[in-house]
Amino acid sequence: MTATSSHAVSGDTGETNYLNATHGIGSWLLTRDHKRIGILYLLGISVFFVLGGLMAVLIRAELATPQGDLFSSDVYNRLFTMHGILMIFFFLIPSIPAVLGNFLLPIMIGAKDLAFPRLNLASWYLYMAGGALTFVSLLTGGIDTGWTFYTPMSTNFAQGQVIVTAVGIFIAGFSSILTGLNFIVTIHRMRAPGLTWFRLPLFVWAHYATSIIQVLGTPVIAITILLVGAERLFHIGVFDPKYGGDPVLFQHLFWFYSHPAVYIMILPSMGVMSELITAFSRKRVFGYHFIAFSSLFIAVIGFLVWGHHMYISGQSVVAGAIFSFLTMLVAIPSAVKVFNWTATLYKGSISLQTPMLYALGFIGVFLIGGLTGVMLGTLGIDMHVHDTYFIVAHFHYVMVGSAIMGYLGGLHFWWPKITGRMYNEFWSKISALVIFIGFNTTFFPQFILGYLGMPRRYHMYPAEFQTWNVLSSAGATILGFGYLLPVIYLLWSLKFGEKAPANPWGAKGLEWETTSPPPVLNFATPPVVTEEAYAYETSVPAKEVTVGV
Amino acid sequence: MSTVHVTPVRTYLFVFAALMALTLLTLGVAHVNIAHHLPGQMTDAINDAVAMAIAVTKATLVILFFMGVWHSARVNKLIVWSSLFFLVVLFAFSLADYFSRGWLGVPGK
Amino acid sequence: MASETRPAPLAHHFDDYDQQREAATLGMWLFIGQELMFFGGLFLTYTVYRWKYPAYFALGSNQLDIPLGLLNTIVLIGSSLTMVLAVRSAQLGRAKQIASWLGATMTLGTAFLVIKGFEYHHKWVHHLIPGEGFQLPGTTDPAAQTFFVIYFCMTGLHALHMIVGLGLLAFLVPKALRGDFSADNHNWVEGVGLYWHFVDIIWIFLFPLLYLLGRHHA
Repeated sequence: MTATSSHAVSGDTGETNYLNATHGIGSWLLTRDHKRIGILYLLGISVFFVLGGLMAVLIRAELATPQGDLFSSDVYNRLFTMHGILMIFFFLIPSIPAVLGNFLLPIMIGAKDLAFPRLNLASWYLYMAGGALTFVSLLTGGIDTGWTFYTPMSTNFAQGQVIVTAVGIFIAGFSSILTGLNFIVTIHRMRAPGLTWFRLPLFVWAHYATSIIQVLGTPVIAITILLVGAERLFHIGVFDPKYGGDPVLFQHLFWFYSHPAVYIMILPSMGVMSELITAFSRKRVFGYHFIAFSSLFIAVIGFLVWGHHMYISGQSVVAGAIFSFLTMLVAIPSAVKVFNWTATLYKGSISLQTPMLYALGFIGVFLIGGLTGVMLGTLGIDMHVHDTYFIVAHFHYVMVGSAIMGYLGGLHFWWPKITGRMYNEFWSKISALVIFIGFNTTFFPQFILGYLGMPRRYHMYPAEFQTWNVLSSAGATILGFGYLLPVIYLLWSLKFGEKAPANPWGAKGLEWETTSPPPVLNFATPPVVTEEAYAYETSVPAKEVTVGV
Repeated sequence: MSTVHVTPVRTYLFVFAALMALTLLTLGVAHVNIAHHLPGQMTDAINDAVAMAIAVTKATLVILFFMGVWHSARVNKLIVWSSLFFLVVLFAFSLADYFSRGWLGVPGK
Repeated sequence: MASETRPAPLAHHFDDYDQQREAATLGMWLFIGQELMFFGGLFLTYTVYRWKYPAYFALGSNQLDIPLGLLNTIVLIGSSLTMVLAVRSAQLGRAKQIASWLGATMTLGTAFLVIKGFEYHHKWVHHLIPGEGFQLPGTTDPAAQTFFVIYFCMTGLHALHMIVGLGLLAFLVPKALRGDFSADNHNWVEGVGLYWHFVDIIWIFLFPLLYLLGRHHA
């Protein structure tokens, strides 16, 4: 036992918890409770996921036929641009940190809240303000520059709401910076007695590494956005060759953040993986220190590789070679994690509940996404497949396949803790399967399409590519259903789900030592930590969850 | 009771005086063609290097004494170093691109 | 301990004043770290364009007024001194002294902005604002605007940060007079102090990089 709590932790006894302690919309919109703020983010990112998903539906509908018949080229440009912007900045980057990180971080370290609760609420308002502006942009036509808004297109030639969208992203960026700041201070200064750095759950290590990237990377894209806005507004020549400007400089500044940004999207998911795999193998994680340090290495080396997005932009071959070499390096800590999770599974007492299904799916899908990333890091290969569907497939494998499956796995794992309710295990397993099948059907054909030469960002293509495109669009339909199912059964569980015990999975971790849902200050008595993380006894069989199948 | 290190006023005044002196130094040196006065071939960049060295010295004084890093917790020092590291990375790798263009004779790169 | 300060508040999620203060300081340093990267993008832009157009940068720099730049440097470093003395007064719990030093910092900061205003006005009058009507004596190449684009972006962003700083200082003065800052909890004063010094450091680099180029050629 880790906690010295004297309260019964056998489940919701009708006592006050963070959900029912105060009532009314004001108590939510002015809350300083990190748990409520996590839920506010959950609502926000879900809305943007739906909007971004709508764009995806329209894109795949258009791409089912070789002709550009559903939309004009200009409208199609706006569709994929808004899809990218909404999904990256308003769904993926906040997702796990702002929802699960916010909710769980203080509890996992035995604290009452994050270091700066009011700043946390301010971060949510910044996120919503940025999102609102981007939504306004969407309603008034959006932009057509691609999410990468390269100059001089975005500064000189793009029609549409460049400045509104740019300001929306700028504001949301500060939400990201302040969240990261909050997390770092919390982890450094508010750990419970006995909770040394190497007893922390790996979820915490992953968020620490993510926060470093958020704090130090995001400001660079912030200044870049300001410069683009200034150029567009005041007709000055920062990146305009006519006035001596350099478009490649824009790309350096843009990718300096946007490459580490992808690690913001994947590291938290990897943190979730460490929690899920240990809980559902009933085993200590293999190589704790390696996984902890690999998160830090990914964060640091991730800042050194951005030029691999610029191999064909006019960047020097020498710089390209340096970036290529470093890209190989950054793959190593990711591989270390996959090896260690696999070794954790080996001879573990495995139970295939829904979160574990997502975890296993993650490993397979991340393997493909990660390896294709290494392929793309090679100068010779990227020369041919850059700006084709090979790239699109690669990043969807890591962002959708890996990051979103991690998010859903974590959401299911901690849903009982967050809401105090169990969801229906049968339907959750079905949807995990449907998502896995739908995802691979959608995106694997795109590797083939890219290899065959189909360029990205085009809505018309040669007729010989149609079969693979139809397969991909069919997969997208399946995937859409897969995403719809959790909405239904998770919402259903809020009202009709079985009440959750404090520890439905029999998992280790401070969050499982308190009630489901937790009290306002997280613990009845502040915990003291006396054992290592994931201190499972290997001889104890997996605990069955007694809910309906 | 909190434990805070209180720096004597004298220290702050010394630092201020040093900053003023360095400011006047950088002004003076900017008007001197250093490369001209040194033996051997030296590029114009030496003036830049000296100006930056002075600026870095001034910044270091501000960071250590006005911002209190000298007496601060280890983690604050770590943040200063880390931020500087990533700033250097931004510069080094971007400039590596610009400076190495044309080295390998590949057209356009 | 001075009796002129009120009992220090301790937020409910902290165990003691030390933890609260260390958290506040760490938070502020992280914020400054991100500010460094924020300005860093501009410094990279400066470096690349100066490397590309050394002559235009020297030409542009010669248009700037060194005495005003020097005066501003002295004023700003002086304001850092008054700021650090304000923090010291807070560490010693001397309410009225805090307010005086904060006021001095505000005065010097305002002086900086007024001088900057004069400089900007001079640029306006001499057609050195980038865009339509830009005219740099000695060249008609549109690329020559680059120096002034950088000049206005960097000093403009810096001035914006100064204005925010002045706002923060204005927020602190009445609190100081009310005795809100004691030796146990003066985190706001320390935090604003760190921010102010950072803005000073940016200027320490801007002065030689913008004002002192090309002056060593006869």
